[in-house]
Amino acid sequence: MSEGYPEYMEKSIEKVEATRTERAGETYERMNLDEADEVLNNYHPDYRKEGKQDIPVGPSRGERAPTEFVEQLLARSLIQPSDIDLGTIDYDVDILIIGGGGAGTVAALWAVMEGINPEDILISTKLRHGDANSMMAQGGIQAADKQDDSPVKHYLDAIGGGHFTNKPELVKALTMDAPSIIKWHEKLGVLYDREKDGDFVELPGGGTSRFRLHAAGDYTGMELMRVIRDEARNLDIPVLEFTPAIELLKDDSGNVAGAVLMNLETNEYYVVRAKSTIMATGGFGRLHIQSYPTTNHYGATADGLIMGYRAGVPLRDMDSVQYHPTGAAYPEQIVGLLVTEKVRSLGAQPVNKDGELFVNPLEPRDVEAAAIIRECYGRDNGVETLTGMRGVWLDSPLIDEKKGQGTIEKRLPAMVRQYQRFGIDITTKPILVFPTLHYQNGGLVINQDGSTPVKGLYAGGEVTGGVHGKNRLMGNSLLDFNVFGRRTGIAAARHAKKASVGTLTLDHISSYERQLDEAGVDTDRKAPMLLPEYRGKKVLERHLDVEVTL
Amino acid sequence: MGEKEEQEMIEIYVMGKKYEVPKGLTIMTALEYAGYKFTRGCGCRGGFCGACPTVYRKKDDYKLRMDLACQTAAEDGMFLVQLPFVPAVREEYDIEEVDPSANDNILLEHYPAIARCVSCNTCTKSCPQELEVMDFVQAALRGDVQRCAELSFDCIQCGLCSMRCPADIKHYHLAQLARRISGRYLQDKSDTLDHRVEEIEAGTYDEQMQQLVEMEKEALKERYEKRDITEG
Repeated sequence: MSEGYPEYMEKSIEKVEATRTERAGETYERMNLDEADEVLNNYHPDYRKEGKQDIPVGPSRGERAPTEFVEQLLARSLIQPSDIDLGTIDYDVDILIIGGGGAGTVAALWAVMEGINPEDILISTKLRHGDANSMMAQGGIQAADKQDDSPVKHYLDAIGGGHFTNKPELVKALTMDAPSIIKWHEKLGVLYDREKDGDFVELPGGGTSRFRLHAAGDYTGMELMRVIRDEARNLDIPVLEFTPAIELLKDDSGNVAGAVLMNLETNEYYVVRAKSTIMATGGFGRLHIQSYPTTNHYGATADGLIMGYRAGVPLRDMDSVQYHPTGAAYPEQIVGLLVTEKVRSLGAQPVNKDGELFVNPLEPRDVEAAAIIRECYGRDNGVETLTGMRGVWLDSPLIDEKKGQGTIEKRLPAMVRQYQRFGIDITTKPILVFPTLHYQNGGLVINQDGSTPVKGLYAGGEVTGGVHGKNRLMGNSLLDFNVFGRRTGIAAARHAKKASVGTLTLDHISSYERQLDEAGVDTDRKAPMLLPEYRGKKVLERHLDVEVTL
Repeated sequence: MGEKEEQEMIEIYVMGKKYEVPKGLTIMTALEYAGYKFTRGCGCRGGFCGACPTVYRKKDDYKLRMDLACQTAAEDGMFLVQLPFVPAVREEYDIEEVDPSANDNILLEHYPAIARCVSCNTCTKSCPQELEVMDFVQAALRGDVQRCAELSFDCIQCGLCSMRCPADIKHYHLAQLARRISGRYLQDKSDTLDHRVEEIEAGTYDEQMQQLVEMEKEALKERYEKRDITEG
């Protein structure tokens, strides 16, 4: 077990401690748009020319995207269409939901409220129900319910944070629906942090102009996910765990009409016919764009993007990736894991190796991340770890100094626990941080009701693009999966009530592969990836591809 | 983060089989280094989902310890096994019908096994989150829903407590019910939220919102830069 910080880091911590009291009252001026542009252009990983390429085939041909993602788009299907017997339907449902995280589960609940019988819904999920980024979101969920706030202010913050690239109708839906989502959570019994009189404890986040983040300690996502999952269990909504979708199905009118699933434990495939299909597979953090470590869960491998794209849904804003400003940089065992923005919301400041404040703690995420990278590599003011990584200090003890002893333990129990496990007490020592791959800003194109341009297919949550433009603000992803989970669930239910499905086909897969051939793509890579590869190099080099028959 | 040439190695025993892995890994990444590819037993990799409960003992120690594979450093001489699924029964209920004021002891009614608690505290000792599990079961037994909810708030539902319990109590399911009852029926609520929901439904913001939706980018930029910010 690593026991605290090594001696040389303690020396730097002494400098942080020396400036703490003086810094406590200091407000570092926010950057104007020009200053922000400058630091982004010079230091944000998204703004580097390297690491991206044009998408050569499909509905978003010619758009830029990270190389690691384009490689997935150019990979071959896991199946040969001729190997799949589409004449035998294993599950015949009104709504197939692909993905058992926040968006998928919320969609299921609202589809039931819209009149769909739970047994006519099927949730297919790659890991367990609820093993998702939704579960890991710590900081909070935005909703403009305070008197000095309004959905209009929330809209302005979200679209400005996204550099005015968001799809306006989606931002409107996000911000106008937010208060009613919190109301729904209240009825479900979500335990939000509240004052004695019942008012919500609300905090600011990076780029928010008001105190608007509702939280449940620093387990906000976990509290939301476990409550909605619990409700789905009460309603007996069927869930197939460890059985991801590996390809969408269409019918002879070109509408999406279900999917082919694969049982990860038996490798058996299942054919699902559905009147409406909802894509809710989340993002692509586990592709490790530009070799960054990630905060994402094990299954974040872009599956839904690949399947949706092959079925003809365009992508947008895939060129922008969210690097969370504060990932753990030490100890080694937890490098890249999230240090929630709430640490800064509560008053902690990022400071350099000499204990100097160098940026406003609550800039929008991309600007904050770029400023931290500049401090480490542009100005050489970072602290180097034993493995050669650099980071800056996030001065967590400042929270208790500003807000009273015990605040950190009460408001950040998950953070305290995570560091305690490695011998670091964040109530008395700062945290070493560096940006980490956190969120896929872009994704499948959707309309306000969660429908995609391909009939029969809906999408909600991180797999979609447009809600956050090229940079998401803190607290808008938990909100996103609730707002658009609900909208897709309702729209998919309404569609299912009147839709009929024709003859099933996988022709779109054959046709996409032909496009790859025509574009001269030569690869034996297959996608969706399903699970990332972390086995040791030595083992893989000696790996024999042999099936043992008993 | 390239692999370094000279790494200090440790020995771990995966279900009894010995492997050499570099020092500085978690139990989860040590298993992967050794060649195991997870399907089960791995979820969020950040200590929130409860997919990777692991049982282990240390070298020259008889004690069985429980923790999360993704949040525990691998140590030399560890004997490891994962426990990725707990077949515990969960009781269904309707959230509309569990008002604690209308019931004697709503938690006991749904989970009568809590009356069998022998106060052995094994659940508490097996909790990777170091929660006071036995105390929240005892609170439930007394009918103190709120206390049960508070003490169990950080529960990641890995199920280790229920696997170890000699009385077959389903602590993590019980606690989920307690928290939802607490959130739904026992927390004081905010009028401002209701007021805002009503305003939105009444169309109070429709016109201003539509203006922003239709606004040209340059004008929008100006509005954004001029917005007043409440500082933290």
